[in-house]
This record gives sequence, C-alpha cells and structure tokens, in this order.
Amino acid sequence: MAQIFTASADTRLRAAALLGVVALVMALVVLGGYADSSYATLVGWVEHQPVPFSHQHHVGELGIDCRYCHAAAETGAHAGLPSTFTCMTCHSQVWTGAPMLAPVRASLASGKPLEWQRVARLPDYVYFDHSIHLSRGVPCVTCHGRVDRMPLMSRAQPFQMQWCLDCHRNPAPHLRPPAEITRMDWSNWDEEPGIHAVYGELMTKVYGIEPAKLTQCNICHR
Amino acid sequence: MSETASDTRITAEITRIPLHHPHMRNWWLLFGLSLLLLGCFFVAAGALFLNGVGMWGNNIPVNWGLAISHYVWFLGIGHAGTLISALLLITNAHWRNSLNRFAEAMTLFAVVCAGLYPILHLGRPWLFYWMAPYPNTMTLYPQFKSPLSWDFFAVLTYLTVSLLFWYIGIVPDLASVRDRAKTRRAQVLYGLAALGWRGSGRHWARWQQAYRLTAAIAVPLVVSVHSEISLLFAAGPIPGWTSTVFPAYFVMGAAFSGFAVVLMIAVTLRHALSLRDIVTERHLDLLARFLLATGLMTAYGYVYEVFDALYGGEKQDLATLHDRFTGLYAYSYWGAVIFNFVPLQLLWFRGIRARPAVLFLIATSVVVGMWYERYMLLMTALYRDYLVSSWGEYHASLWEWLLFAGMIGVFLAPFLLFVRFLPVISAFEVKEALRETGDLRHA
Ligand code: HEC
Ligand code: HEC
Ligand code: HEC
Ligand code: HEC
Ligand code: HEC
Repeated sequence: MAQIFTASADTRLRAAALLGVVALVMALVVLGGYADSSYATLVGWVEHQPVPFSHQHHVGELGIDCRYCHAAAETGAHAGLPSTFTCMTCHSQVWTGAPMLAPVRASLASGKPLEWQRVARLPDYVYFDHSIHLSRGVPCVTCHGRVDRMPLMSRAQPFQMQWCLDCHRNPAPHLRPPAEITRMDWSNWDEEPGIHAVYGELMTKVYGIEPAKLTQCNICHR
Repeated sequence: MSETASDTRITAEITRIPLHHPHMRNWWLLFGLSLLLLGCFFVAAGALFLNGVGMWGNNIPVNWGLAISHYVWFLGIGHAGTLISALLLITNAHWRNSLNRFAEAMTLFAVVCAGLYPILHLGRPWLFYWMAPYPNTMTLYPQFKSPLSWDFFAVLTYLTVSLLFWYIGIVPDLASVRDRAKTRRAQVLYGLAALGWRGSGRHWARWQQAYRLTAAIAVPLVVSVHSEISLLFAAGPIPGWTSTVFPAYFVMGAAFSGFAVVLMIAVTLRHALSLRDIVTERHLDLLARFLLATGLMTAYGYVYEVFDALYGGEKQDLATLHDRFTGLYAYSYWGAVIFNFVPLQLLWFRGIRARPAVLFLIATSVVVGMWYERYMLLMTALYRDYLVSSWGEYHASLWEWLLFAGMIGVFLAPFLLFVRFLPVISAFEVKEALRETGDLRHA
C-alpha cells in the first residue's frame, strides 16, 4: 500500500496550524479596526437629503448663527431642525425660483415638513441633552465639527460611548465661554495660555462639575 | 513493546467500531431521533432569537427558570467525566481505562449544552461576547462581581480543558484507526486527526507529560467550577441559598448525576457495541459503588441543609424550608428525595450491581432526581424571598420544554457521531492496564 502521508506532512500540518493562528489574529485586528472605522461610526458620511442644504454656504459664507435654525439648542434636549418657514424667511426673497428649492416651496404650500435624513443621531436608549452642554460652554464645534465647512452635513465625531466618556472624565479642556458656543474657529484660544489655560479648571469648580458623577451609567442610560 | 495476541484483539475490537459499525440500523434510528431533537433546538432557539426571552415563563421574581436549572444540571453531569478520567488517571486506578474515553466525550457535550443555556438566557444572545473582557467602544469591562462573568470564565475554562484532555487522550487511538482504515478518505481524515502520531518513544514521553498535566489541571476544575455554580446562588440575597454546605453539596450532586449518566451510557454502549469483554461487570459494579457513595454524600447535603436552616433559626430560612416541604414546588423537593435516594438503596446489594438493566433504571432515576433537585433549589428559593411584594410563581412555557428537548439533541447528536466515528474506548490504555495487571476483570 502506498504511503498516504509523505515525510513533509508534519511540517505542512504545523504550517497550517500556524496559518490558522495568524488568520485568527488577523481577523481580530480587522474586527477591531472595523469597530473604529468611519464605516461603522458613520463619521464623514453624508445622507441623501431632499434639498442639498449647505451649512458651508449658510453658516460659513452668510454667517447665519446656528441658533437661528436650531433654536432649541440652548433650552432643550434637542436642538431641533428648522421649519420650512425658517428657510422661507430668506428664500421668499432670494433664490425664489431656484429649482433646487422646489421641495421647500412645495413643503410650504402643502404644509408637510421636509423630511431631513439624520446624520448625528444616538440610539434611543441614550439620553442626551443639548442645554446642559451649551450652558456649561461646550461649543457646537467640539461635537459637530467644522459645520461651516460642510457643503453637506456629515457626522464629525464617532458618537460612541467611549467618545462621550472621554470628555465626561475630564471636561475642563473643552469648556469655553457659553456666550460663544456657536463659534467655529477656536484656533487662537490656546494662543493666550495665560488666561485660557486655567479657564476650564476654574469653570469646572464654578459650575461644580464632578467627573466621577458624569460617568455613572444612569447619566446617559435612564 | 511487541504486540501480544490479546493486545491485537483489543485494538481490533475497538477500532473495528469506527470502521465497520456493528449495529448500523440501531445507530441510524437513534441518530434520526437525535437529529429530530436537534431540530427542536433550532426551532426553539430560533423562536427565542426572534421574540426574546419574553416567550419563556420566567419573570421577576423567578428570573432564572428552567434555563439556569438546566445549566446547573448539564454542567454537573459533565463533571463525572473529568472525575473518572483525570482523577482516576492521577491516582493510577487503571480500571478507568475502559470508561474514560466516552466519559470524557460525555463531559464535552454536556458542557456545550450547559454553556448554551446562560447564553440563550441573555436578553440578546448574539451579544454574548460582551461577557469577555476585550477593548471596546463602550470602554466597558465585564462586571467581575457578577455571576454571569463567573459563568463565562468557568464554562470557557472547563470547555477548553475538557476538549484538550479528550483530544490528547484520543490521538494514539486515532492513529490506530488510521492504520487499519481501508479507504483512502478514512486514512486521510483519521491521519489528519491523529496529527502525525507515529508512536515513537519520544511521542509517548511527550504524550504522557501532556496528558498528565492536563489531568492535573482538570481535577481542581471539577471542584472550582461547580463551587462557582453554588456561589452564584449564594451571591444573591435569597433565603435558602446561603448555607455554607453549598459548594460541597453542589460538587457532590454534580458527581452523583454524572456517574449516573456514565453508568447509563456504559450499559447502553456495552450492549449496543458488544463490548462485554472490555466494559466488564466489574466496571459496572465499581460505577454503581461510586454512584452509591456520591449519592450518600449528596444525601448528607440534604440533611445538612435542613439542619442549617433549623440551627440558624432565621425566620426566612425556616419559611423557605417550609415551602420546600409543603409549598407550591414541594413536588420537586420530594421528587428529588425519592428519585435520588430511594432506588439508590438497592445498590447496597451485590446481586443488583451485577444486573445492567436494573443499574440503568436506577441511574435514570438518579438523573431525574437530580433534575428535580436543581429545579427545586431555584424555584423554592426564588418564588418567595424576603419581600412579600415580590412573591410570584413560575411556570415554564412550552418553548422552554421544547428547548430542553432540543438540548438533549444537542447532547445526543454529537455523542452518537462520536460513537460512530471515533474509538469510544481507549484501546492503548486498556492494553496498558492489561499488561500491568494481567487481567482486566481483576484490574
Ligand atoms: C456635547 C456634544 C454636543 C454639543 C456641544 C452640541 N451637540 Fe448637537 N448633538 C449632539 C448629539 C450627541 C446629538 C444627537 C442627539 C440624539 O440623537 O439624541 C446632537 C444632535 C444635534 C442635532 C440634530 C437634532 C437634535 O437635536 O437631535 C442638531 C441640529 C444639533 N445637534 C445642533 C447642535 C448645535 C447647533 C449645537 C451648538 C449650539 C450643538 N448641537 C452642540 C452633541 C452635541
Ligand atoms: C438668512 C437667510 C437664509 C435662510 C434662513 C436660508 N437661506 Fe438658503 N440661501 C440664502 C442665500 C443668501 C443663498 C445664496 C443665494 C446666492 O448664492 O445667490 C441661499 C442658498 C440656498 C440654496 C442654494 C444652494 C447653495 O447652497 O448654494 C439652497 C438649496 C438653500 N439656500 C436652502 C435653504 C434651506 C433648505 C433653508 C432652510 C433650512 C435655507 N436655505 C434657509 C439665505 C438663506
Ligand atoms: C439656515 C439654517 C441652518 C443654520 C444656520 C444651521 N443649520 Fe444645522 N441644519 C440645518 C438643516 C436644514 C439641517 C438638516 C439638513 C442636513 O442635515 O443637512 C441641519 C442639520 C444639522 C445637523 C445634523 C443633525 C442630524 O442629526 O442630521 C447638525 C449637527 C447641525 N445642523 C449643526 C449646525 C451647527 C453647529 C450650526 C451652526 C454652526 C448650524 N447647524 C447652523 C439648518 C441650519
Ligand atoms: C466635550 C465634552 C463633552 C462631551 C463630548 C459630552 N459631554 Fe455630556 N456633559 C459635558 C459637560 C461639561 C456636562 C455638564 C456637567 C455638569 O454641569 O455637571 C455634561 C453633562 C451631560 C449630561 C447631564 C448630566 C446630569 O447631571 O444630568 C448628560 C445626560 C450628558 N452630558 C450626556 C452626554 C452624552 C450622551 C454624550 C455623548 C453622546 C456626551 N454627554 C458627550 C461634557 C461633554
Ligand atoms: C456619557 C454618557 C454615557 C455614560 C455615562 C454611559 N454610557 Fe453607555 N452608551 C452611551 C452611548 C452614547 C452609547 C451608544 C454607543 C453607540 O451607539 O455606539 C452607549 C451604549 C452602551 C451600551 C451598548 C448598548 C447596545 O445595545 O449597543 C451599553 C451596554 C452601555 N452603554 C452600558 C453602559 C454602562 C454599563 C455604563 C456605566 C458604567 C454606561 N453605559 C455609561 C453613553 C453613555
């Protein structure tokens, strides 16, 4: 009877076992990479919107304040999206006939609101509140990125629990004067370390922010 | 070592089974049945995945229900395999060699069944990997104070060690089957599984080391894993779960139920595969004695529990004791006592111990009794705890019973495949025992 296994069979079996282990490690690495990839977190991905509304244009170029359209940001849990009337405060005057704005006019005529596709959204089991963050002076840009440079809205931060916690553990460096929360460009903030280096620490004391409490599960999962 | 005539006979007798199974018709019949049960498992688990645990009967206060009582039951059964194989290996009790292989296989499949239960019992079973400590985007670590974490580590460790132990043990026999296989496919498959075993002196030396080392790891696991199970009860502030006898009581109960299952399997295989020369009456006798001994130790646990409640005098413990004797689930208490200990007494007689059919019935009774015990421990304690406002009843839903039937399939189907395709008895160890003692019957 002929030999089934040649002399090198052992080596090949070992090589196969080694390959198996390598494949397993690779699979773990890939999975880990996936969890943090923008594919999973949706960072930078745009949605197909009924009207290609450009924050870059309206905020960056026209300089409209966020709160003009997201009026409830400072007072409520949800910042809210603007009604059709809000658009029409201007678009009944400018670009009145633009085909791009046809859905806005149709919405005004029918009374049916525009259906925006959400990009910055948490699962419904997470409790989030804008007003507390804004009244403590966490600016929009920290969480939503350079909105004034977004032709189409996309998510700027991963919105994972890890991300929330990273700030809640040490919010001080993120605090800014609440009067300026809609400011987008803070690059000159650090240029005055004398005044600004202690601002966060100081305000943490003033507001009585306790990071130990901010990381308790029932803050965000109620 | 040169092969003697009896050596060749034993190897031939054992290795013939995977190659030419003696009772294919019966095997197919049983396998068909177990596939049917396996089907039940997929139906019950699938329905559970779609609808959630709401379709089961468990709810506050009896959250654990059948799932966890079956978990304890299956895991307990598994322990006997390790005890027989590893403990008796280390203590050089050679008579184990006719029993250890299938006892280990039983352990393996019982642990798989046991491990599935807590997972299915999770609200979202597909997220079971959250029990493992791994870096994640929630920056969460498992709660090490939680029994669920303990279960995870206990079952995983036990599964790994059992698998290793069983596999290391079977390698030399796989090589024997490979050498006797006639078809090329069988040769290649068994050859791969045998990992290039040639039986050289070095192979045997390494093998001895590995086998004894895993055995030494496995033995303490029996005690620690089932103690963990008992402490998982004790971690809850529930009357009736706090007795200090619990760890010992659970481990003994585990061994007891496990020996019963090993006995059932031994009797069945001996009959079905015509292994009367290898699994002798002496083996059955020894198993029966073990069953009797562990049974009596378990009985001691029962007595001690009652004593503990009476001696402690806690009002709530006494109330629970009372509920056990006369409450809603009293049938499970008396069921446990009667099925566990009454037929068991027959084992005092040598004549009974020599009759496989009777042994099979007694073992079955023990398995049922231990099922009742696990059920009783959960129900009688949980349904009435300290707060009257949280009293409630539990009635298992049909889905839970279907899942149980299915779980039997999860156990039986791979076990039957094992019986069909792998050497069910450790041929080389039997030979070894034979050489050292002259005769199996008086080993
Ligand atoms: C601390 C981080 C943070 C800050 C600061 C912040 N947001 Fe948000 N924002 C979020 C999160 C998280 C969501 C998703 C909330 C959800 O889905 O429940 C969100 C959602 C939104 C939405 C979608 C509608 C809604 O309210 O759910 C708008 C619009 C919005 N933010 C605007 C703003 C504006 C404007 C500012 C500044 C004035 C701001 N946000 C500041 C985190 C932040
Ligand atoms: C404060 C005034 C104002 C408001 C409010 C406003 N827009 Fe505009 N919008 C403008 C101006 C000005 C232009 C640019 C006209 C031009 O380029 O000639 C413009 C341009 C646009 C365009 C053309 C494409 C582009 O981005 O260049 C779209 C689409 C548009 N706006 C949508 C909206 C929608 C939807 C709303 C409501 C959420 C809205 N706008 C609210 C002032 C406004
Ligand atoms: C002219 C009105 C207008 C102004 C000003 C405006 N937004 Fe918006 N914003 C919208 C509209 C309309 C949407 C929904 C369409 C979209 O997602 O692009 C939106 C969407 C968003 C979203 C995404 C919400 C989600 O979950 O989909 C964020 C975040 C946001 N805006 C932040 C800001 C910030 C920060 C500012 C100020 C820097 C700002 N917006 C200024 C009109 C405005
Ligand atoms: C950049 C910093 C920062 C980020 C990011 C952030 N937070 Fe906060 N959060 C704060 C600060 C500062 C407070 C105010 C704490 C105080 O005043 O006690 C706060 C408060 C809160 C509160 C109210 C706490 C209370 O006492 O009731 C909730 C809820 C909350 N955050 C949820 C979230 C969630 C959910 C996320 C992630 C989606 C998040 N936060 C991300 C800084 C942050
Ligand atoms: C600062 C806010 C915050 C705090 C505090 C927090 N979480 Fe979360 N948690 C989140 C956010 C946001 C998500 C959603 C993450 C995502 O969608 O990837 C989340 C998701 C989760 C999830 C995943 C749920 C699912 O079904 O995917 C679990 C589990 C969880 N949190 C547990 C906890 C526990 C336990 C604690 C306390 C130790 C805690 N969280 C504290 C914000 C928080």
